[in-house]
Amino acid sequence: MINIYEVNETNAMIEKENLDVRTITMGISLLDCADSSLEVTKDKIHKKITSYAKDLVKTGKDIEREFGIPIVNKRISITPIALVGNSCCKSSDDYVELAKVLDKAAHEVGVNFIGGYSAIVSKGMTHADELFIESIPKALAETELICSSVNVGSTKTGINMDAVRMLGNIIKETAMLTKDNNSIGCAKFVALCNAPDDNPFMAGAFHGVSEAEAIINVGVSGPGVVKYAIKDLKDATWEVLCETIKKTAFKITRVGQLVAQEASARLGVPFGIIDLSLAPTPAIGDSVADILEAIGLERTGAPGTTAALAMLNDQVKKGGVMASSYVGGLSGAFIPVSEDQGMIDAVNAGSLTIEKLEAMTCVCSVGLDMIAIPGDTSAATISGIIADEAAIGMVNQKTTAVRVIPAYNKGVGDQVEFGGLLGYAPIMPVNTFGCETFVNRKGRIPAPIHSFKN
Amino acid sequence: MDKVIITVVGKDTVGIIARVCTYLAENKINILDISQTIVDEYFNMMMIVDIKKAAKNVGDIIEDLDKIGEDIGVVIKCQREEIFDKMHRI
Repeated sequence: MINIYEVNETNAMIEKENLDVRTITMGISLLDCADSSLEVTKDKIHKKITSYAKDLVKTGKDIEREFGIPIVNKRISITPIALVGNSCCKSSDDYVELAKVLDKAAHEVGVNFIGGYSAIVSKGMTHADELFIESIPKALAETELICSSVNVGSTKTGINMDAVRMLGNIIKETAMLTKDNNSIGCAKFVALCNAPDDNPFMAGAFHGVSEAEAIINVGVSGPGVVKYAIKDLKDATWEVLCETIKKTAFKITRVGQLVAQEASARLGVPFGIIDLSLAPTPAIGDSVADILEAIGLERTGAPGTTAALAMLNDQVKKGGVMASSYVGGLSGAFIPVSEDQGMIDAVNAGSLTIEKLEAMTCVCSVGLDMIAIPGDTSAATISGIIADEAAIGMVNQKTTAVRVIPAYNKGVGDQVEFGGLLGYAPIMPVNTFGCETFVNRKGRIPAPIHSFKN
Repeated sequence: MDKVIITVVGKDTVGIIARVCTYLAENKINILDISQTIVDEYFNMMMIVDIKKAAKNVGDIIEDLDKIGEDIGVVIKCQREEIFDKMHRI
């Protein structure tokens, strides 16, 4: 039987070390909502979301209370909307109409975010995909709970550089349209490479076409718990350090698995995957940077950071995989800047640069995340940054992403505040040498040689 | 069986166990195990109880015990056993 020490250990993780379940995300297929009439499509989308997800928030709260584990977010992910609106949207404004319906449905069921205002254009864009991408700035400016993503490349297809070029402008325009709110629209948009179909985390969550009618995916968290577990291991060997992280990851993931199974049973929706991610929050002590520093770095960004992160990421997966029957999504340590107090401190101390963050994205999930850059950064430079990240993902057969915020009218030395889990960020300098000729080439970068496995 | 773990943490005072046990008895909640320790000079008790025959549902029991805790100046938490079982047992 469970003993008092085990009970105290679990409760200390929850009360003192910020253990929580970051999100229960219900994936809902909207493929059957597609119609040639915009009004009919809107109606079907609204009906489907509000009926499938009507008990999601209540069930989340019940589980939270009965097990005593905080579940921070209840979210919805949907079929990429570029597909759903393919035959009814004749203009980008038609897509904005769909965004408004999604936002309304999300408000009605009480979820924190709805993800899937997305397009998968890793090889090419249909006419509808182009209209959809053009609609993103307005959709993000005129809604509150929508998260948007575009998958611009994959190991199998190469990188769609035409989409990459478009996204530089789209991100700039989103920053401008949401300028009164610190360009927050950009915090809800991510460009991806090798995007997974079952990711429960925002802003990149969508319900891929390979998925079932509806599914429950759960994202765990727990950087604070890992940091606490290793904080006294200063003189320990790598072996001891790795074992400790693995055991901790196992425990964290088991909680996620329990919550996922409960939510799945109570909602009558099949369990999909657990996303084994160390997801930081701006709360003190809930930081991935703090773990890297506990491993032995003076500041995150110092030499050794990439190796420490690679080790951390690997141990989290090794511990977590055994704790769950199905693992998927992004699964790895997240390194967002604005959502992690330790990262913010490292940037302010001059230790962490965009270039170092780019190197770190080679060994963890996901990419350049929640990074505020000067508002006068050119669209071509943003496209160049996206292309670099997509190349890392394509070659290393992993998911990579770019979520940068070119904060309108702000420059290095300023700070932008997004509030809540999105946190705040100091504006980081970007290499200002041009890349226009590179970005303006038409077509796509071919798939790498090691993708030809047949 | 429908097992729930009750933990009581707070400054030691007369009648903590009595008060909690009275509530459990009144609501037909069976105690399976009790252990007690002192952590950082605080009274720390854990009970494993079975609420299968209880008149109230787990949500109400959590709320009631929370109020009793407030009354006597301790923190009473009540959680389904599975969260501990999953985390500490393979």
